[in-house]
Amino acid sequence: MVTRWMWMALLGVLAILMAVGCGGGKEEVILATTTSTYDSGLLDTLVPNFEGQTDYEVKIIAVGTGQALAMGERGDADVLLVHAPSSEMELVESGAAINRQLVMHNDFIIVGSEDDPAGIEGMTSAADAFATIYDNEATFISRGDDSGTHKKEKAIWEDAGLDPEGKSWYEQSGQGMGATLQIANQKDAYTLSDRGTYLAQSENLDLVVLVEGDPVFFNVYHVMQVNPEKFDKVNDEGGAAFVDFMISDSAQDIIRDFGVDKFGQPLFIPDAGKDESELAPS
Amino acid sequence: MDLIWDGIRESFRIIANGDYSVWEIALRSVLVSGTATAIALLFGIAVGAVIAFNEFPGRNLAFSLVNTGMGLPPVVIGLIVAITLWRSGPLGDLRLIYTPAAMVIAQTVIAAPIVTGFTAAALRSLHPRLRSQIYGLGASRLQMLWLVLWEAKLPLLAAVMAGFGGAISEIGASIMVGGNLAGDTRIMTTAIVLEVSRGQFAAAIALSLILLALIFLVNVILTTVQQQEQHS
Repeated sequence: MVTRWMWMALLGVLAILMAVGCGGGKEEVILATTTSTYDSGLLDTLVPNFEGQTDYEVKIIAVGTGQALAMGERGDADVLLVHAPSSEMELVESGAAINRQLVMHNDFIIVGSEDDPAGIEGMTSAADAFATIYDNEATFISRGDDSGTHKKEKAIWEDAGLDPEGKSWYEQSGQGMGATLQIANQKDAYTLSDRGTYLAQSENLDLVVLVEGDPVFFNVYHVMQVNPEKFDKVNDEGGAAFVDFMISDSAQDIIRDFGVDKFGQPLFIPDAGKDESELAPS
Repeated sequence: MDLIWDGIRESFRIIANGDYSVWEIALRSVLVSGTATAIALLFGIAVGAVIAFNEFPGRNLAFSLVNTGMGLPPVVIGLIVAITLWRSGPLGDLRLIYTPAAMVIAQTVIAAPIVTGFTAAALRSLHPRLRSQIYGLGASRLQMLWLVLWEAKLPLLAAVMAGFGGAISEIGASIMVGGNLAGDTRIMTTAIVLEVSRGQFAAAIALSLILLALIFLVNVILTTVQQQEQHS
């Protein structure tokens, strides 16, 4: 008696869950992306435009580029917006991602407290600045999450020929760019940030830009579809529609204007249709 | 200190203007956690009654399992539910990941052991001869269960409060299986984390105050019911 009642309750619950889960009727597109595009607020402006133009509902999963690429690799997302070109190429070559398109770029900067205990302000070489931080054992907060920014940071350490891993002044936050900037702010530490997230948060930060302009700081974002031929649950048309939208004139105009009214400069520079090689600074 | 005052001022402004879709987020928090608690209650009563009333081998093990479940880290539950519901997971075809339903599932798994533990303890503390007496009056098993639950309704309310409190204050599992999607799966706790990571501390404090008020309100209501029952 009691068991039958239990099973009926369980079935009822499952039915409710299915109804809630499938509710809405709009077809979903899962976008796995970096925290920088989300924490800066850019996607909050872009995605409603896309949803207005089409019949899709976008689910923005803002994680580090490392996790976003892993979601693509397993077919757990439909479309990716990320900034780690060499890892992206691996994904394309493995057949997990297709239709990779250049969207926009901005640049990385080294930020720190105004006191600048290691004295890196005004340096033009990222590797030299990192080496100076290393020699002075100044506190440095790393993302530590295999994100695009973290990959870039590791590449700069490699350029400098140094390995900070395990040093007491080298800390890993394991969190997004926004949270990492807050930690650096509280600890008067140095960190590597993309300019967009830094500007978007600058009113809440005492950190200042200390090093910028090194060609290695170039930060380029691509959008790509997860290959529907490899994963049968991937939304082929929805992913293609989002890629088309990101490189369309209307989206590129939004990117060009985003942040100008608030920060006096754009957070991202639109690049659709350009060749990546002509962008890369020499 | 300024920040706290800013936060308090901001919370009044948010509540007054109704912006930040704060009501929608608060309502979603209550709905998701409320549904999870309700399902957990059904499970808790069924399992709690079985292990409280029956002598069977492994009964102590069952109690230990429930008590362990009460302390399961929500983020571990979130990871297990996420792996199961991802498209590449065994239940990927249900398309439940990043929906409110996925959050209900995760929060149910978090709340169920809490409710079960409280329920089993409440039913065990009833007078052992109560059940034989009820049977003696010719009640069916279902009627017996109903009467026993009615007798234990005050501790059961405590079970509901503890389960709901565990569910609504949880974040790790909800953000993992829900994705913190604006207008869809954003609840109070995930909204607070987002505002902090965006450096909007005043908004985060405002949301925290509203969340605390919400939990307080739910507990005031349940406690009032409990008190009235005790006096009547």
